[in-house]
Amino acid sequence: MAYSEKVIEHYNNPRNVGSFGTSKDVAARRDIGVGIVGAPECGDVMQLQIKVNAEGVIEDAKFKCFGCGSAIASSSLATEWIKGRTVDEALGVKNTQIVEELSLPPVKIHCSVLAEDSIRSAIEDYRKKNAGATTTHVSHSN
Amino acid sequence: MTLKLPVYLDNAASTRCDPRVVEAMLPYFSEHYGNAGSRNHSFGWAAEEAIDHAREQCATLLGAQAKEILFTSGATESNNLAIRGAANMYARGPAGSTGRGHIITCSIEHKAVLDPCKRLAKEGFDVTFLQPPPSGVITRAAVEAALRPDTMLVSIMWANNEIGTINEVPEIGALCHEKEIIFHTDGTQWVGKMPVDVERDGIDLLSWSGHKIYGPKGVGGLFVRRRKPRVRLESLVDGGGQERGMRSGTQNVTGIVGFGKACEIARAEMEADGIRLLRLRKKLEREMQQRLEVVQVNGHAERRIPGTTNISFGFVEGESLMMGIKDIACSSGSACTSASLEPSYVLKGLGVGDDLAHSSLRLSLGRWTTEEEIDYAITAITSAVEHLRRLSPLFDLHKEGIDISKIQWQAH
Repeated sequence: MAYSEKVIEHYNNPRNVGSFGTSKDVAARRDIGVGIVGAPECGDVMQLQIKVNAEGVIEDAKFKCFGCGSAIASSSLATEWIKGRTVDEALGVKNTQIVEELSLPPVKIHCSVLAEDSIRSAIEDYRKKNAGATTTHVSHSN
Repeated sequence: MTLKLPVYLDNAASTRCDPRVVEAMLPYFSEHYGNAGSRNHSFGWAAEEAIDHAREQCATLLGAQAKEILFTSGATESNNLAIRGAANMYARGPAGSTGRGHIITCSIEHKAVLDPCKRLAKEGFDVTFLQPPPSGVITRAAVEAALRPDTMLVSIMWANNEIGTINEVPEIGALCHEKEIIFHTDGTQWVGKMPVDVERDGIDLLSWSGHKIYGPKGVGGLFVRRRKPRVRLESLVDGGGQERGMRSGTQNVTGIVGFGKACEIARAEMEADGIRLLRLRKKLEREMQQRLEVVQVNGHAERRIPGTTNISFGFVEGESLMMGIKDIACSSGSACTSASLEPSYVLKGLGVGDDLAHSSLRLSLGRWTTEEEIDYAITAITSAVEHLRRLSPLFDLHKEGIDISKIQWQAH
């Protein structure tokens, strides 16, 4: 199967690879939301970490991905798109936009779905950590 | 010699046709183009003579008689003809009835064996699919334990196509002969690479293919024993009565000539090829395990054909790994492109975890594989695995000492 040039480019030069600490470290930090979606037995696991500032803006995002080239490209692209956006804006990223940007074929659509899920999951984690908080990390939705 | 890219390490899928084979075939395209069934002119005689010669070459490779060799379109057809042909010929009851007989095969056979067996199961036969142990080796004892009074056919491959493990074929052959059960083996990955003697090895039906042994695609053979016991098959394709009525259709003369030549060359060169490939394969496995952690060679450590290896690189997905080694042609146990997301049923059958099954590469060496190519593969795979592990959340968890198999993942 031929990959699109954009997929190959992200594969070779993935953006924002990494994490803000070990799984234990980030679990304790309220400014960080972590989303881990997929499963090893399905051949895809995406981990997205977002660092949110007091204004509810995602000031940094890091990803790691176990998956095919399209999964790696989808999660790399997702980090580019959500950085600098508010959490509400980030929730507007749709898998169809990722499919279009990376020219993913039908068999790879699940990779884009997983990337969208990882954004939702990271934001959910961030909101859960800050539920009831009144000062710095207030969720801007609702 | 300079390294020429891409490097071909997918010889278990298909091989380059040997130039000596191509040369032998050429006259049969445009000079001796007659139909071997044309008995009354020189064109037909030339074709018939060529087929007779090829049949001798094939029989010699197997220690068989020429009359025991049928030509087919390849191992898939040979397997279908052997299994369905024997089952239907010796069935205990008419089509539509149940209890027509018991067949033993194995769950990690090639689909060209599994699917005909599944069809027979629908047609009133009972089929036992043996589950292999983690080594992947099917033993005589495993077959013996599954025998029933109505067992009529055993079909166990000689060497596995994905992992290269070798089953106890001579032992299973002996068992079947003691019990008067027909024994078929799919020899696609074995014949032409390792020695065969159908008498010594107790084989009644043996399938093999041209394009896996440096011959052309679209041609294969089926050995059908003619004495002790004389095995008969119900044909799948009826018509002109070629191939002793068991496989009608104008013979593929050029293909058969090439197939015969490939068998002749294989017989002369398999020993030297085998020694060389075994050394290269072991180097590849050793180097990968020395350079990288969590590298698992799948299947039995020793009982394997020389040229094939199947390696899982933990925490790295196979398809992305292949993308990182784009100048190496090989295959993966990952099934990321298929709709099912299911990894290799062979690796799963051995009990290899799904994550490691997704992380596997099959690398298969062949007659033209050089040491330089293996050295290139070692370097390229190492750097691709390192690149992907920097991206892998599973590798981080491993580094933190977390067992990923203990995590509740949300399967999608």
